[in-house]
Parts: sequence; structure tokens; C-alpha cells
Amino acid sequence: MLLTDADLQAIWLTIRLAGITTLILLLIGTPIAWWLARSRAWWKGPVGAVVALPLVLPPSVLGFYLLLAMGPNGPFGQLTQALGLGTLPFTFWGLVIASVFYSFPFMVQPLQTAFEAIGDRPLEVAATLRASPVDIFFSVVLPLARPGFITAGILTFAHTVGEFGVVLMIGGNIPGVTRVASVQIYDHVEAMEYADAHRLAAVMLIFSFAVLLAMYTRRSPARKAA
Amino acid sequence: MDNIEARFKLDWPGFSLDIDLNLPGRGVTALFGHSGSGKTSLLRCIAGLERASCGRLVFKGQIWQDETTWLPTHRRPIGYVFQEASLFPHLSILGNLQFGQKRSDGAARVGLDAAIELLGIGHLLERQPDTLSGGERQRVGIARALAVGPEILLMDEPLAALDLKRKQEILPYLERLHDELDIPVIYVSHSPEEVARLADHIVALDSGRVVAAGPLGETLARLDLPIRLGEDAGVVLDATIGEIDAEWHLARVDFAGGSLWTRDPAVPVGKRVRVRVLARDVSLALNEPGMSSIQNCLDGCVESFAADDHPGLLLVRVQIGASLLVARLTRRSAAQLGIATGLPVKVQVKSVALLE
Repeated sequence: MLLTDADLQAIWLTIRLAGITTLILLLIGTPIAWWLARSRAWWKGPVGAVVALPLVLPPSVLGFYLLLAMGPNGPFGQLTQALGLGTLPFTFWGLVIASVFYSFPFMVQPLQTAFEAIGDRPLEVAATLRASPVDIFFSVVLPLARPGFITAGILTFAHTVGEFGVVLMIGGNIPGVTRVASVQIYDHVEAMEYADAHRLAAVMLIFSFAVLLAMYTRRSPARKAA
Repeated sequence: MDNIEARFKLDWPGFSLDIDLNLPGRGVTALFGHSGSGKTSLLRCIAGLERASCGRLVFKGQIWQDETTWLPTHRRPIGYVFQEASLFPHLSILGNLQFGQKRSDGAARVGLDAAIELLGIGHLLERQPDTLSGGERQRVGIARALAVGPEILLMDEPLAALDLKRKQEILPYLERLHDELDIPVIYVSHSPEEVARLADHIVALDSGRVVAAGPLGETLARLDLPIRLGEDAGVVLDATIGEIDAEWHLARVDFAGGSLWTRDPAVPVGKRVRVRVLARDVSLALNEPGMSSIQNCLDGCVESFAADDHPGLLLVRVQIGASLLVARLTRRSAAQLGIATGLPVKVQVKSVALLE
């Protein structure tokens, strides 16, 4: 085997982190994207901007604020301590929460675009065919927005795999707990283990390329709304 | 209790709707007017797709909207046909047809099979919407609306997005609906031809206000505000094919009050048809005219008359039996004939358009 056990552990941790983050974001990103796509409220603008913040914010800035919030004196840290969960920084679940914030726009924005592209008409048609609003969401919106969900899921997963700055701020570098692949590569380089760094970096490169290739080739010509 | 009471006020930037109507609970009612006249907005208010802040809608005794009640669209027993068929692209034709049918509670008035048969789409069921022609898609759209078993069918210019050939393909199906369904239909259109062919009642709208409303024949024959179906004033008569003259390729159409000869339309004797008689094709005389190229001469009497758009012209309404025709004369000829209410006249009809 080319990769060391520590490398494999880091890769497995990375996949777990990205998978859980994607699932959580599917659940909370979908209603927020739906609201952003349908709402005409004035505060839709500010909410959209907050959602997009992680796109432009340096990961270390985001990580710094999350560290403060989740730390022993932060509001979120106080809450988790009161619930008997301890504090979250330097734990796997702390990393999950940080990743959720970090990858938020990668889930919400493709979904919002997909929902907006559906338009009013299919929803009105479904209403005249006796479908209630909840029914419409599951029987019309979800199937029509499926390409958007696939794009959002892939982007979120891949983006979480690639995070580094936030991980260092929140998770540190604990093997098997918070040491993900990108951090492992950093460690290899720090330790002058260039061969190991090469192998892991190549794995990451191939993975990223494969993901993007899948996304760009599966885009069959979109069926036109009839 | 059998009618539809509709009162709506809408205020949008640049457009307002202010309507108070009592629509008949049977037959086809056309909402007729230019684009921007408010006919689609009115239809959407009836469907619950638009919510007029100040409105009242009572359908055959059931309150759909008033100060305290609001029945959302999916709980109204309607069928709605959109201008574009708007089929769901993720479902097959059968899937589209079943979408509403399986959500509709209980006794469907028009079953799925009946809807498929009525619109002639049995051969399309396994296809996907994007493989159908525009005309086929719209037929599926109509069948889909019927398959829920609606108590009223609302149609928003179902033919407007189609070319002439497709229109001709669908019109016969719409006429079948008219003949075979016993539910009321509200049909939005700006097309004089469709209104003349399909409507029993007409509501003419302009700038969000009702200009005229009533039975088609009566409303078209009004002189105070001639509703122009197309380029000219005229009336539409319900008639039956009474006789075919094979030698001269002519057909006699009988209406309440008389009969007219027209080109043989190649439809069987006894078939119900509609004929349109334009005011410019009707002339009046005091005596039986001698030899003339005009084949149709009827006895009538002047019912009323009114000014036309041009100062030199006059519109005259003539009673023939139970029917009314409108004639356009110059003021000079009217003066020479001594046109006055009650005057018996010979009515010559130069041309009749059969709306089959």
C-alpha cells in the first residue's frame, strides 16, 4: 500500500466529515434556499448576503469567530456546557459545525438557483390539480430541482474535503479526530516527508478532478419545460 | 343557487380590476377583451391563484371567498387550463393526467378514461411531454384538468399560444366539450372567432371593468355598445342544418324565426351550427325586391336603431321571429326608407358565415 495508515485514517475522517456536513446542509439548506427563492421580504437581501459570506471571508476569520463562539466563554460554548456536552473546539463535531458554516453557500446557492428556475407556473398548475403546498414541494419541486440537488451535494462535499484554514482554527491536528487529509499533507511537508505528501496530494488531486469531471459530463441537455 | 357570484377589486400599479358579476351556472361563458382588459386576472381570482383583497365569490351556494373565508386553490373544485399546456416535464403523459385525478376526492364527474377519449389522446399516454406537438400538449392539458372531475372548467386562452393549424385541430374538441359536458366553462379569449363558435354567454371587459354581459346573441345585437367580434358589428345565431341542395351545393340553415341559404358546408342535415351575420351584409327594403343575386330575403320589422361610428351610418336592429339581426345603412337610405320602430321591412342577407 502506498498510503500509510495515518494517511488512510485522515482520508476516512475527511470523507466522514464531508458526508455528514453534506447531509446536515441538505436538511437545513433546502428550506433556506426555498425561502430565498420564493420570498419577497426586504430582509431577503441581508440573509442572502450572510449566506454568501463564507465565499469571500478568509477561512481563518470564520474559524476565529467560530472558535470564540464555541469556546468556554462563547455563547454557543456556554450552551453546550450547560447541556453537559463540554466544549466543541478540537472535537470532530466541532469540526462538523464549522464545516456546515464554511460550506453553507455551496449548498444554498445552487438550490436557490434551481428553485428559482422552476418559476411559479408548475406550482400553480399543481395547486389547480388539488396538490397542497407541502405535496407540491415533494411531488413537483423536488423532482424538478433534482439536478440542482446533485450539483449542490457534490459542491458541498468537495468543498468540505478541501477545507484547511477552518480546520486548523477549530479542530487543530488530532489524529483520528480532527486531522483531515489537507492537514495531513501539511504535516508531511512540515516533516519534510515529500514522498508521502506527494502521494496524498495526488489522491486529492485525482478526487477533485473526478468530482468535477462527473459534474460537467453528467449535465445532459436540460429538458425543456413543456 | 345555481349561479356564480363574483365580486372582485384589485389594485395594482397601472392596473385595477373592479368587477361585480353574476355568471350563469351552465354553458360556456366567454370573458372577452383586449390584452390588459383584466380577463385573465378575473379568471385567476376565480381560481384562487390571485387574491383580491376585497372580494366575494360564491359558487352555486358554496362560499369560496368573502371577508372571513378563503378557500385555497387546491381545495376549489375547479379544472384550470393554462395558456401554455404547462405539463410537468418530469412525468409522462399518463403521469400528468393522473396527477390531479388521484388527488381529487371521490366521484369524478369526468373520469380519466372519458377525458382521454374526449380529447383523443389515448395513443400518447406513454410519451414524454417534450415529444408532443403544441396542439397535442394542449389537448393533454385540457384532459388533465377534466380528469380531476371539476365542477367548473376555467380556460385561459387555451389556443392563444398555437398557430392557426393547431387551433383548427383543437377547436372541434372544445366544441365536443361544449356539447358533452354539463359543467359550466369560463373561457378567456381575445379571439372573436373562438367566442362566436364556443360561447353561450359573453362578458366583455375593458380596463378591468365589465362593459357588457349577457347571452351571446342578445349581447352582440346591442346597439348602444356594439361588441365588435373582429372587424365588424354583427350577430351570431344558433341554427340547424335543415336541408342540403345537392344540385347547387347549398345548405339551408334554420334559426328561430327563419332560414338562410349558404354554401354547403358538408355537414349532415340536423347538425346544430352557428352562423354569423355581419351588419354590413344585411340590407333593408320596403318591398319584395325583384330579381336579385341575393338569395336570402326575410320578413322582419325594425326593432330599434342607433348611430354608428361614422356620422353617415346607422345601425338598425331588425326583429325576425325570435331572432335579431343588425343591419348597417347610410343615414340617407334610412331617411328614404323612413326607418322607424315597428316598420315592416324585407331583410336581405348577402352573406352568412357558418361557424361549424
